[in-house]
Amino acid sequence: MDFWFFLIQVLNGVQYGLLLFLVASGLTLIFGIMGIINLAHGSFYMLGAYVAYWLALKTGSLVAAVALSLPVSALVGYAIEAVLVRALYKRDHLDQVLLTYGLILVFNEGQKLIWGSDVHGVAVPELLNWSFRLTDNLNYPAYRLLISAVCAVVALGMWWMIAKTRFGMWVRAGAANREMVAALGIDVKLLFGLVFAIGAALAGLAGAIAAPVNSVYPGMGESVLILCFVVVVIGGVGSVKGAFLGAILIGLADTFGKVLLPDFASFSVYAVMAAVLLWKPRGLFA
Amino acid sequence: MDSKTLSRRSVLQGAAVAGLAGAAGFVPTRFAIGNTAKVKVGVMLPYSGTYAGLGEAITNGMKMAIAEKGGKLGGRDVEFVAVDDESDPAKAPENTNKLVTGEKVDFLVGTVHSGVAMGMVKVTRESGTITIIPNAGANAATGPMCAPNVFRTSFSNWQTTFPMGKVAIERGFKTVVTMTWKYAAGEEMIGAFEEHFTSRGGKIAKQILVPFPNVEFQANLTEIAALKPDAVMVFFAGAGALKFVKDYAAAGLKTIPLLGPGFLTDGVLKAQGEAAEGILTTLHYADALDTPLNKTFRAAYEKQFGKGADVYAVQGYDAGQLLVQGMAAVKGDTSSRPALISAMEKTEIKSPRGAFTFSKAHNPIQDIYLREVKNGQEVVLGIAQKSLVDPARGCKAV
Repeated sequence: MDFWFFLIQVLNGVQYGLLLFLVASGLTLIFGIMGIINLAHGSFYMLGAYVAYWLALKTGSLVAAVALSLPVSALVGYAIEAVLVRALYKRDHLDQVLLTYGLILVFNEGQKLIWGSDVHGVAVPELLNWSFRLTDNLNYPAYRLLISAVCAVVALGMWWMIAKTRFGMWVRAGAANREMVAALGIDVKLLFGLVFAIGAALAGLAGAIAAPVNSVYPGMGESVLILCFVVVVIGGVGSVKGAFLGAILIGLADTFGKVLLPDFASFSVYAVMAAVLLWKPRGLFA
Repeated sequence: MDSKTLSRRSVLQGAAVAGLAGAAGFVPTRFAIGNTAKVKVGVMLPYSGTYAGLGEAITNGMKMAIAEKGGKLGGRDVEFVAVDDESDPAKAPENTNKLVTGEKVDFLVGTVHSGVAMGMVKVTRESGTITIIPNAGANAATGPMCAPNVFRTSFSNWQTTFPMGKVAIERGFKTVVTMTWKYAAGEEMIGAFEEHFTSRGGKIAKQILVPFPNVEFQANLTEIAALKPDAVMVFFAGAGALKFVKDYAAAGLKTIPLLGPGFLTDGVLKAQGEAAEGILTTLHYADALDTPLNKTFRAAYEKQFGKGADVYAVQGYDAGQLLVQGMAAVKGDTSSRPALISAMEKTEIKSPRGAFTFSKAHNPIQDIYLREVKNGQEVVLGIAQKSLVDPARGCKAV
């Protein structure tokens, strides 16, 4: 493997990892701060993708579609938290798993009713429909770089929000001691509702901006869900920084697994997870 | 016998007599209880999940074929009992038993997913229920797992890509990279291509297998670019096909011709858009097939169901035709399975894909077409291989 080939594969891995981060960050927020195991997280990814596909058809503009799909997934997330999840905070994890698993079925059936079972493609906006030349016969689509850029900006934004803002302080405090925060006069219900909505919106955003490269199809949520859990577990539950590193690690493991050990490609991601957990049983940044 | 005046008891008596007489070989005509009872057709297809659209198309096609012939099979009314198999191989034996043992169906039509089909065939080989596979291409179903009571109206995986080996040589390709998901259907399709291509002197530069149903291809596209083959032969279907073709074009690899079985573009061509331009595929059907039968079929289907027919609808339609013709030949008498099977074996199906008959292992002997995407349309270039018979390797039971 020559050096240039190696570099391109690193680019592929990082790019994939950044997208994984965008989905997984919402999961780790909800999981870490609210203690909710949200199996329906992949469904928000799917929701974002389908809404973006549908709005892109209606409005003819992907930018508008992505922008409009954000509030949709946030609102759906907020409503689900307020109506369903809220009742389960004091309950066992198993009840939460049951509820959110049920939500997957509801989302999938809803998707089938509204959009049918066909596979759909979403066009890359004309403005971004060009590519960089990497080698004599390999191009790198500009749109993929844009996705990476958006993911990187979101990562920075999340770090800033959690570490530097008042809202972030409430979130951290709420996670550490819910009763005390409530006693200080902060509306914990609203706070958790917002966190859930942000988590859902992040997953929805990932689905929406990746729709032109990933396409839109039934069951797309489940395929990403397992990888997200791997990322969250590697990174340490609740740690956004951990999710970031975990996602990049998984992206690289998947890419190089396919190239170097194709027979074990489906296994490489889990091998990395096992190795990390042996070294740090609670994840990188627990 | 006037059936209107029959009491339940006399029907049972009549059946018993008919049964005895049948056993003794005395029945002069095929009458008996069968004519008053409905024919039960078990339908085991995916109605949810990734393949839900395929299950729907097959069901539509099958019902349409039966409705066109008066909605009856051999003069008897039909009752459909449908089960959603969820494309879950683990549930295949249970779902099959539900229909075979629970509902005691006369026929079983199923399914799309090869893994589910194998579980299903294992059960019906034992029970002897006449089974018609309207899609699943696993070579084994008409190979090592073949059985007198198992028919297929679709294709074997081998059939769909074997002719492409010749096409690739004729086009002057010397080295080819092959790529597919690491699962049975992919490996069988790619295997048949490689078998034919290398037997005519072609060289496989590399065989790339990606985990199923992973659709992240970037790492492998980078590999293909570095290998610089004369052509790339791939099998993906559904979302994987859509994404691969788009990624391939976006990576600038369109200078290397892309080949595949028809599933690479069927059903997703519109979504693939410009990226699909120039892709060469082989399949036993093409939407654009210019025959009167295909045109009438497509028009009727579109009118009835409000959407265009696809290869799955055709395969369902032909499963329906096989039921109609088989049952007509025995005048609706399902009491003798061997007679029914031998009638079905002899049928010639006037399919929208072109007429076909069945091989010894009950797989269609059919023409495989060469198709190319031109200006967003699938264009039929001609027949890649005529009357292709699946070799039915390992088939001993028939």
